[in-house]
Amino acid sequence: MLDETDRKIIQATQAGLPLTPEPYQTIAEQLGLTADNVMMRLTAMQNSGIIRRIGAVPNHYKLGYRFNGMTVWNIPDEVIDELGQKVGQLEFVSHCYHRPRHLPEWPYNLFAMVHSKSQEGVDEQIQRIADLLSSYNQGCDVLYSSKILKKTGFRTST
Amino acid sequence: MDEIDKRIINALQDGFPICAAPYRQVAAQLGLSEQELIARLKALLDNGSLTRFGPLYNAEQMGGALTLAAVKAPIERFDEVTEIINAFPEVAHNYARNHELNMWFVIATETPEQIQQTIAAIERQTGLSVYNMPKNKEYFVNLKLEA
Repeated sequence: MLDETDRKIIQATQAGLPLTPEPYQTIAEQLGLTADNVMMRLTAMQNSGIIRRIGAVPNHYKLGYRFNGMTVWNIPDEVIDELGQKVGQLEFVSHCYHRPRHLPEWPYNLFAMVHSKSQEGVDEQIQRIADLLSSYNQGCDVLYSSKILKKTGFRTST
Repeated sequence: MDEIDKRIINALQDGFPICAAPYRQVAAQLGLSEQELIARLKALLDNGSLTRFGPLYNAEQMGGALTLAAVKAPIERFDEVTEIINAFPEVAHNYARNHELNMWFVIATETPEQIQQTIAAIERQTGLSVYNMPKNKEYFVNLKLEA
């Protein structure tokens, strides 16, 4: 469970890690803690999955990945876990989820985000997913984002 | 963005050490000085090549709730609906997409109940049905992209 000190560390690092030679010491000074305590708590949060990882998030577009598709598939419920795992393991899939259908108009229950530098690249990725799903693929669609209307960081409960 | 920047981006997507002088450790692995790594990271953040650098928190693990939702915004009301939905602080991302369900947004709240409240408020204010698609299961999440 997170305690008050963990939450303070989360708040202090939500915008990012300080770009100072000793970033954990910098956070510790801001919060009146020791660097060892901050490092111990961050390690514990990483081990428990509260922190997915500490690292960099690139801007897809700036790296040349201008073709970002949300591929959606209608997969029989009894095989979705097995196939979802396999689709998620494809090296070009960044996110893969099982989500509810909204019948009749939205029959898709498997979502996989794909990223490529070209339309041909995305088409090839979609084909590879379709090949993997083979006859379990009962329909699919690809939604491209035409515009980012809003993008902010997530807020946390503090 | 040059070859060194690309190596930095690729290396830092894999993770960052928790130790007294982590930049020095990563810089040594990349054959850079600590100062150069920090300066380049700052530049990559300033010019938007990196959207974030630091701990990536899992909202649900912290007791928060997250969902993906969509609406069919009539073309003639698209801007108005965008404005209403974006005004909710609970809406973290919002994308226009090429589909009849043409607006897709992520709602992040402190509790699961607040997701339902936010959806109800969006439906009330826009007069549109919100298609709520919370994840039943996560198979994979990894934002890594080769620079």
